[in-house]
Amino acid sequence: MADVVLRNVVKNYGAVPVVHAINLDIAHGEFVVLVGPSGCGKSTTLRMIAGLEAISGGTVQIGERVVNDLPPRDRNISMVFQNYALYPHMSVRENLGFSLHIAKRSRADIEKAVAEAAEILSLTPLLDRKPGQLSGGQRQRVAMGRAIVRHPDVFLFDEPLSNLDAKLRTQMRVEIKRLHQKVGTTIIYVTHDQIEAMTLADRIVIMRDGHIVQIGTPLDVFERPVNAFVATFIGSPPMNLLPATVTGGALRLSDGTPIPLPPGLSAREGQAVHFGVRADNIMPEGHAMPPTAHMTHVEMPVTLTEPLGTETLLFGTLSGTEVQAKMLNPRPVRTGEVLRFGIALDKCHLFDAETGASLRV
Amino acid sequence: MYRMRLPPWLVLLMPAFVILLAVVAIPLVLSLYSSFTAFQLTRPETITKWIGTFNYQKAMGDANFWAAFGRTVLLLTVALNLEMLLGLGLALMVAKVTRGQRLLRTMMMFPMMFSPILVGFQFKFIFNDNVGLLNNALQSLGLTDVAIPWLVDGNLAFIAIVTAEVWTSTSVFAILILAGLFAIPQDPVEAARVDGCTPWQTFRYVTLPFLMPFIYIAMAIRSLDVARAYDIVQVMTAGGPARRTELLWTLIGRTGYVDARMGYANAMGYIAILLSIVFTVYFFRKLTTARTSLGMGD
Ligand SMILES: Nc1ncnc2c1ncn2[C@@H]1O[C@H](COP(=O)(O)OP(=O)(O)O)[C@@H](O)[C@H]1O
Ligand SMILES: [Mg+2]
Repeated sequence: MADVVLRNVVKNYGAVPVVHAINLDIAHGEFVVLVGPSGCGKSTTLRMIAGLEAISGGTVQIGERVVNDLPPRDRNISMVFQNYALYPHMSVRENLGFSLHIAKRSRADIEKAVAEAAEILSLTPLLDRKPGQLSGGQRQRVAMGRAIVRHPDVFLFDEPLSNLDAKLRTQMRVEIKRLHQKVGTTIIYVTHDQIEAMTLADRIVIMRDGHIVQIGTPLDVFERPVNAFVATFIGSPPMNLLPATVTGGALRLSDGTPIPLPPGLSAREGQAVHFGVRADNIMPEGHAMPPTAHMTHVEMPVTLTEPLGTETLLFGTLSGTEVQAKMLNPRPVRTGEVLRFGIALDKCHLFDAETGASLRV
Repeated sequence: MYRMRLPPWLVLLMPAFVILLAVVAIPLVLSLYSSFTAFQLTRPETITKWIGTFNYQKAMGDANFWAAFGRTVLLLTVALNLEMLLGLGLALMVAKVTRGQRLLRTMMMFPMMFSPILVGFQFKFIFNDNVGLLNNALQSLGLTDVAIPWLVDGNLAFIAIVTAEVWTSTSVFAILILAGLFAIPQDPVEAARVDGCTPWQTFRYVTLPFLMPFIYIAMAIRSLDVARAYDIVQVMTAGGPARRTELLWTLIGRTGYVDARMGYANAMGYIAILLSIVFTVYFFRKLTTARTSLGMGD
């Protein structure tokens, strides 16, 4: 086990920079998830840590060593690839034992390690099959098994669940979390799926266009997004953002609807902003929203409902923008019905309309 | 009036049947039949002289035939292995090139664009003991002062022939292996690097197994080629001197057309074809196994 430190790490493809001087400190034993939209440089970052991609600038340190110039085999990491990357000509047993075989470990050692990994991942009955004879979920487990047999310093996962169906994905997510609790090895995990990030991570690193936008615990980034991008990227459904202007110490939405300034925010008079509110904090009146001193009310016609069982999502239009609200203990709502919604202002956000930066103080 | 009513599929297939019959079936049957006769080209009436399996028995007991047979197998083994190694090396190098790779690939095909007859003449000149390029070069460099009898000594002539074969056909391996290299998924290769492999180990345990099907395809193609080798050898040595470089088909060609003993030549030809079949079957078996082990089979 080891900590991983990235200092001003840069990656250029030719003249095109795809990772811009990022800094990241990952503690020994931590589960860190890199998340961001497709193409933002997550895989590239991970592959630089793995040694599969040359580092254009800065340093990557694993444990005590700067590993910039070490080939992957000298970094003591293991990696799980998006497409599993199993060796198709080797049986599951050989796939699992391959790294140990290369490391010239004794046959008995290898057998023991393979049996152990197979046991953890319930692969024992499949040991003599070839990857071609396995289902997607089983291949995924073999890929994980291959990573764990070596007891590396760091596990690297690159979107390991994105090829699985929804049910299996949820199941494997739990497996991965359990695996981390069991082995306690540092894990760096890449995904574009914010739910995976939220559920797995000790800390989330949100990336965009080759920059790190925010680093924090799942609750941190959910409750205190540093900008509008993080606010809409993390959380489902995404946070509603309504264009507004600060006038006379209050907010005025673009159609003139007045809303009091949320507490704890600093906004200049006349500033153009986006008012951010999550569906959980805008509910029809009488729907069990936790009581708070900072409530305001708006009226909004419902255009669409999406029943999810325990709750129902209500789509409405407020000041010309589509807004998603939540209704607990659901009751039937007609389309076009105008409801009065309560907004918990102390849970709301303001972002500068131009820079997107959060105005929380 | 009665009209013959053939099913449409038969009517549609008829042209193909007729052509196949004319260009394949009839010559095949005729040559097979003549191998059981004392047919001589110079005396056409002998084609009716049935002598049973006499020609085959004669071939079985013919030391010259078996020497040519053995030499053909040896040439096949040596040439194919050399071509495979050189082709693999060439393909690996070309795959690394990023600029001008297209040009290199085209250049790699050049040897295949020449007529084998011309290649034969070219190497006949290169290896000529008096005026040949090779001896001249060796002598100018002071490496030797004798005229090495490249095409006269049996072993040296064999080397010369192998050289010509390898020169023409290494690109068959190189091109097919290069295609294989482009088709290799990068994921397992990267997984191997992370799993601790040195570049050599990555090649040995991951790249090579992926290339094996391509190598076997090249082997199958080339084994057919070499098993019927004729042109280059005919031009360079004509199987001589004194049968020292005789291959199956130079022997068969001479027996049929020079000695005019077509019945006997056909009999030897049928035995020789068995060799091709055996090698083809062998390499296709290997190909199937390699593909199955990669999960590409069925
Ligand atoms: N080999 C390459 N050459 C040029 N550009 C690349 C290469 N690999 C990735 N990129 C670019 O780098 C950016 C980051 O890619 P990547 O790290 O794979 O993103 P993701 O966050 O989806 O994993 C993308 O814009 C991609 O187009
Ligand atoms: Mg990626």
